[in-house]
Amino acid sequence: MINYHFDWSVIARNMDRFLAALGLGLGLAVISLAIGCVLGLAVAYARVSPRRWLSGPAWFYVELIRCMPLLLLIFFIYFGLPEFGIYFMDKTQSFVLTLSLYAAAYMSEVFRAGLASIPKQYVEAAKAIGMRPWQRQRYVVLPVMFRITLPAISNNLISLFKDTSLAAAIAVPELTFLARQVNANTFRVMEVWLTASAMYLATAYLLATLLRLVERRYASIR
Amino acid sequence: MVEQVLLRAIGVRKSFGALEVLKGIDLEVRQGQVVSLIGASGSGKTTFLRCVNMLEEHDAGDILLDGDPIGYRVEGGKRRRMSETAVSAQRARIGMVFQQFNLFPHLTAEENVMLGLTKVLGKTKAEARDIAGHWLGKVGLEARRGHYPYQLSGGQQQRVAMARAVAMEPRLLLFDEVTSALDPELVAEVLQVMKALAESGMTMLVVSHEMLFVRDVSHHVVFMDQGKVAQAGSPAEVFGNPESERLRSFLGRFHGFF
Repeated sequence: MINYHFDWSVIARNMDRFLAALGLGLGLAVISLAIGCVLGLAVAYARVSPRRWLSGPAWFYVELIRCMPLLLLIFFIYFGLPEFGIYFMDKTQSFVLTLSLYAAAYMSEVFRAGLASIPKQYVEAAKAIGMRPWQRQRYVVLPVMFRITLPAISNNLISLFKDTSLAAAIAVPELTFLARQVNANTFRVMEVWLTASAMYLATAYLLATLLRLVERRYASIR
Repeated sequence: MVEQVLLRAIGVRKSFGALEVLKGIDLEVRQGQVVSLIGASGSGKTTFLRCVNMLEEHDAGDILLDGDPIGYRVEGGKRRRMSETAVSAQRARIGMVFQQFNLFPHLTAEENVMLGLTKVLGKTKAEARDIAGHWLGKVGLEARRGHYPYQLSGGQQQRVAMARAVAMEPRLLLFDEVTSALDPELVAEVLQVMKALAESGMTMLVVSHEMLFVRDVSHHVVFMDQGKVAQAGSPAEVFGNPESERLRSFLGRFHGFF
């Protein structure tokens, strides 16, 4: 360590690749969160449904995903699905599918709590002006729930962003994978991993700050 | 001149589990009338009010609005609940103001009034905004149209809630103890709006503990006791000549005003 001589030129030469890899990770997280939110909302509604054939499978899905290590899921979907004759995905698509399914399980729990926390007076007010069931959900329940759950959604986005580093395990060229590659080629261990860490840290922190601004924008509910 | 009957309840019954809350309510509200329901808490006033727009579902009897049964239809001798869509269409003809205001927390005062106009009545945004502005003006809150509920006092929220209900041009307006959650100094502004509505000819069914308001504004007063109508008549009859000991003792609680 004492005798380690820093040489940042490696980083400077590869900066565009680092940034592209960071962008890919961020993109993967955002897409997975978007798909995960839509899917998670459906799962949340299924879970609160009085119909057992809906709530049962939804419960099973959430517990299955939540209790499995994410890396295992990634391997299972990337290596396992082709064994069942599902070949259409490249590794990035496979990873997006995995992370979306993973996000959906977590988001469904967030939304389930959100739905449960909405005072029934709002729904009654919507009924009283003659809104039909889906209108009550679309114009009253969902917007209120979105505002209540925004902090939890933000948290999940940051988590998912960090989880994209696991995509390195199936050679998706995101930041962790790239860092490992550059390290293998140059042996600049400290420079490479310090850079990657700093980029994760700065991006996650920036995301958190940005999302806090969004939360403040929607803070009309006390 | 006797106005036509707008709302008629016939033998309305409702139980929560083993507890029978409504034991056969008969009641009429004529066009343009203000009918007040009074009685101790637990007498079934609020439950009856909530049955009128199907926030609670009555177990037996009929509630007719303009002669149409609300919520249920008899088909082949069997009582069938209507579809939620059909019930929603009926609710659009009945307005309701709640004890806790129940304003949509994510919408401004103006948007609260506009939501039903655009989504239920199919008006354009511009039309809805005009109508909202008109009614917010009537309740004295035009300057607050851009405020969110949390930025308004209880009395102001309740006035917005009234504007939201009236803007839909309902046949009948229901008031469920609308001043009970308010600080005492905010009660008057809400009662004043209700009085103006009554004077404009709005048909109103009111559950209230504001006895002076009930006496001065109602055309007809219904005293409910243990799930039944114990006495009904003009305010002068009910307040001036309480027939039962229960009504006398109920009225006696209001500081001997009557």
